[in-house]
Amino acid sequence: MFRRTEPTDCTVFWDGAALPAKRGETLAVTLLAAGITHFRDTAVSGAHRGPLCLMGACFDCLVQVEGEANVQACMVAVRDGLRAGPQHGARDLDDAP
Amino acid sequence: MLSMMMQPSDRYDIAVLGGGMLGSAIAFGCAAGGARVAVLDEGDVALRAARGNFGLVWSQGKGDGMPAYAAWTRRSLAAWGDLSDRVSGLAGRDVGYRAAGGLVFCLGEAELSARREQVQRLHNQGHEGVRILDRRALLDLMPGCPLGPEVVGASYQPADGHADPLTLLRGFKAGLLAAGAAMLNGAAITRITAEGQGFCIERADGGTFRAGRIVIAAGLGTPELAAQVGLAVPVRPVRGQNIVTERLAPILPLPASAIRQTTDGTVQIGVTTEDDGSYDPITRTENLATMAARAIRVLPALARANVVRSWGALRPMTPDGFPAYAESTTHPGAFVAVCHSAVTLAAVHAGPLAAGILAGRLPDELAPLHPRRFEGMLAHVPAH
Repeated sequence: MFRRTEPTDCTVFWDGAALPAKRGETLAVTLLAAGITHFRDTAVSGAHRGPLCLMGACFDCLVQVEGEANVQACMVAVRDGLRAGPQHGARDLDDAP
Repeated sequence: MLSMMMQPSDRYDIAVLGGGMLGSAIAFGCAAGGARVAVLDEGDVALRAARGNFGLVWSQGKGDGMPAYAAWTRRSLAAWGDLSDRVSGLAGRDVGYRAAGGLVFCLGEAELSARREQVQRLHNQGHEGVRILDRRALLDLMPGCPLGPEVVGASYQPADGHADPLTLLRGFKAGLLAAGAAMLNGAAITRITAEGQGFCIERADGGTFRAGRIVIAAGLGTPELAAQVGLAVPVRPVRGQNIVTERLAPILPLPASAIRQTTDGTVQIGVTTEDDGSYDPITRTENLATMAARAIRVLPALARANVVRSWGALRPMTPDGFPAYAESTTHPGAFVAVCHSAVTLAAVHAGPLAAGILAGRLPDELAPLHPRRFEGMLAHVPAH
């Protein structure tokens, strides 16, 4: 769906799988460039969702980043070794790091 | 007469002026009763009271000094279950009505004793069923709820509950469309004139509409329109600010005054009562911070929750804070309704109020809520 126009220079881990990334790009972009569109399962119906606005407004790109839940993937700048994974359902405050 | 020259399609049985929560409920009830209904709404530039609605379907604490309002509220709660089934079917989704009881949390002994006194006073006015729970009883009611240590108790009304206001409004609109009602949105009403056995309504966009009866349900726009049919209905804006969090796993099983978790998981935190005369539905950081701080004292885990949105809205408030309903004596067939709890009262607005308008006679139980009570009322009591 998307094609990179610039070379990658680091690696992030999505659900344990290594993905090529470029430092400073958003995690949402890294995932989309890798062909990943299923970022989360909604809290209400469990539907699969991915980014809509890519500018911090829609909250549809929620993922887990370094153990923190409900993080907007479009608002996180990637760095080498970043670990992230899908957001399944609602966040449980008891799981906060 | 002009009315005799009109085609049937030009004239509605009932025109409801205002398509918010109040007007939609009344129009829905009238359309369900077989009337040919038009809803004339200004559009989304209107200062909609429902934007500030907290979604509570609520009786406790309401009607102190006005038993007719308390009784009207209780009647709505009794009919809300049936309304919920109808509206959920029409909306195509669950309106989220849960009536497992509602709470007012008390932080510290001083709040609890003040609440106990208020409950006792209302009990003496016929409010039955509200009781004070201590912390242990509260935790028995909500096992595992992570209440903060300052929560020493709460008042509890088993008949209270909450619902999703947006789905309620969607259900009303779907019901109106299914009944063939005309939804005429997009311009403010400029003039109402009596004409034959009915009314002519003119709008800022040049539109002209005719109806046998009219219902003014225009929130903060009510005084100006009501004056045109000979009714004095003073209404002022009282601002309320709201916060919602991200969707969270279940943390609060029962709705409470100023804090509830929706069926979708967001926690809604309210709410200010700002009586400064301003028509600006703003938020202020200092107010939002105060609201959030209290919510965190109730549920300390919320300190880790993210806020998704905050907003302000304006409640239409009468001088004594209670709703007003009337039919004009100078313009028979012209009705007015105004309130700030149109979700709680939705079932009576769609039910007995709409039936009364169709019958041309408001329910007798609403006589104490006639706006003539405001005559000579110089000051107003604090909003509640």
